Amino acid sequence: MDAYALSPRSGSRAVRLLLGAAALAVLGLFLVVPLAAVFAEAFRNGAAAYLASVRHPDALAALRLTLLVAAIAVPLNVAFGLAAGWALGKFRFPGRSVLLALVDLPFAVSPVVAGMVLVLVFGRTGLLGPWLAAHAFPVVFAVPGIVLATVFVTFPFVARELVPLMQATGSEEEEAARVLGAGFLTTFLRVTLPNVKWALLYGTILCTARAVGEFGAVSVVSGHIRGRTNTLPLHVEVLYDEYDFQGAFAVATLLTGVALVTLVLQALLGRRRREERR
Amino acid sequence: MSIEVLGVTKSFGSFTALRDVSLTVADGELVALLGPSGSGKTSLLRIIAGLERADRGSVLFHGTDVGPRDPRERRIGFVFQHYALFRRMTVFENVAFGMRVKPRGERPSEEEVRRRVGDLLKLVQLDWLGDRLPGELSGGQRQRVALARALAVEPRVLLLDEPFGSLDARVRQELRRWLRRLHDEIRLTSLFVTHDQEEALEVADRIVLLNQGRVVQDGPPEELFERPTSPFVLDFLGNVNIFHGRVENGRALLGPLSVAYPDHPHAEPAPAAGYARSYEIDLSREAGDTGFWASLTRVGIAGALLRLELLPDGAAPLKVELTRERFEALRPVPGERLWVVPRNLRVFLETPVPPRAQ
Repeated sequence: MDAYALSPRSGSRAVRLLLGAAALAVLGLFLVVPLAAVFAEAFRNGAAAYLASVRHPDALAALRLTLLVAAIAVPLNVAFGLAAGWALGKFRFPGRSVLLALVDLPFAVSPVVAGMVLVLVFGRTGLLGPWLAAHAFPVVFAVPGIVLATVFVTFPFVARELVPLMQATGSEEEEAARVLGAGFLTTFLRVTLPNVKWALLYGTILCTARAVGEFGAVSVVSGHIRGRTNTLPLHVEVLYDEYDFQGAFAVATLLTGVALVTLVLQALLGRRRREERR
Repeated sequence: MSIEVLGVTKSFGSFTALRDVSLTVADGELVALLGPSGSGKTSLLRIIAGLERADRGSVLFHGTDVGPRDPRERRIGFVFQHYALFRRMTVFENVAFGMRVKPRGERPSEEEVRRRVGDLLKLVQLDWLGDRLPGELSGGQRQRVALARALAVEPRVLLLDEPFGSLDARVRQELRRWLRRLHDEIRLTSLFVTHDQEEALEVADRIVLLNQGRVVQDGPPEELFERPTSPFVLDFLGNVNIFHGRVENGRALLGPLSVAYPDHPHAEPAPAAGYARSYEIDLSREAGDTGFWASLTRVGIAGALLRLELLPDGAAPLKVELTRERFEALRPVPGERLWVVPRNLRVFLETPVPPRAQ
């Protein structure tokens, strides 16, 4: 009886069909319909209107800024993530568990709060504000603030992928390389990195997707200066608030594109990443 | 190249792994570092390799202190307990690694690397597996790849951490004989860690027995086996039965047994214990002048030997090993009462603090 219940062919055909249909319905309702809606709305006034919205100087400026921010924040977080993975995965030291918890902090803190903290520290009346103003290096309502906010919010993505994996692989291979005469850099490039490359790529993709799409923290520090401190998500919001629905959705298709590419890459990488964990 | 360890002490937090340990491995010798788990043997091996730093004491290779030298400069071959093969590299690249990471000036040519890796893989009888990944090999094959990789850098000493620890019994026996033959062939100064006394007795030229971070005895296998200097050594190198009692007036009185003990001629008694190895006990159906009765509770087969368990009246159970011939001659059945005579009783005075619980 039990063995029968455990076999994948068990259960009546009707139940299986019903469950499958329910899963597809949920998927359609929450994923496919909204996605279709984004594109339908974006092309409501035709392809010409769509292109005009996407090619608007403000939209292009937002796209450039978004790419710039991602181009700074992602490499930084790859470096931080590798450092955190290395330190937390391969060594035992006092304060390690505190550091481990800190890696997750950006997930626990609301992005809006993170943005407000940046304003508190770097803003005009903040801790470092007067000093920064005196040296003509604005952080809040400028690009550095947006970069900082993005770095903070996207920090855990690479680190969280690497820490458990590096912990599982241990440091024996590194020790073996050392005994065989390899220096730190050689060991890192030829032993450590190849062991985590798929997880690193996976984390980097997630990190990039989030860096491009981050809204809350960036919104607080950006100041919404059109053409200067608006990233793509902020630009979508501005257009939407101005009742330019078609324009808002046209720009939103760019972000949706990033999400779709991420999804495909994730699916492609998923298997290799799982293999690496063995 | 000889290895000398002088007064090495090492603690991890409040746990002292090694206390003032000294030992020497002569040039070309194969020495076993034997001890129960937690005795500090792996820590000592890692200190010799330079992977761990001693709190006090020094390590000398051929008379030169290697303390300040990084492991990569010590020219050692190290075989890790779980092999630590580079999982993303083929067997060939694993073995070639040590040659490829040499500084530019000393790096052998690609041709030379190929030739030497080929030779080493032949030496460990795996030349047909060069392009496999470590994950595709059996435990015994991985073990031999690890050895080939360690030898590729032409080390001055070879250190092996539980080299046969994670293999099944049959492969283990085969590999340790092979290692002994290989050592006889290349004569590389070698030190291997093991918790398996059989392995140490069979393979090593000399055994250094560690317990709780101290060297308990150091000598050739026969010496440790025949002339153990403490009950711990005796117990660790084989199954023993213990008879508690006392010594007085030149005799040891151990329950029903009484043997001469000339080292203690005094009248006042001192606590002592007699130890008899499980194969040094005779069983018979008739009582003699020394010995005692015990009932047979269990008979188990261990290859060529039979393991018997007997329960004497009011004492702890005894372990006895009989050869098949002697068992056939006696044919005892469980439940039967037999007369027990220890053939070779070794008596040690019991120290006020037992050596196992310091």
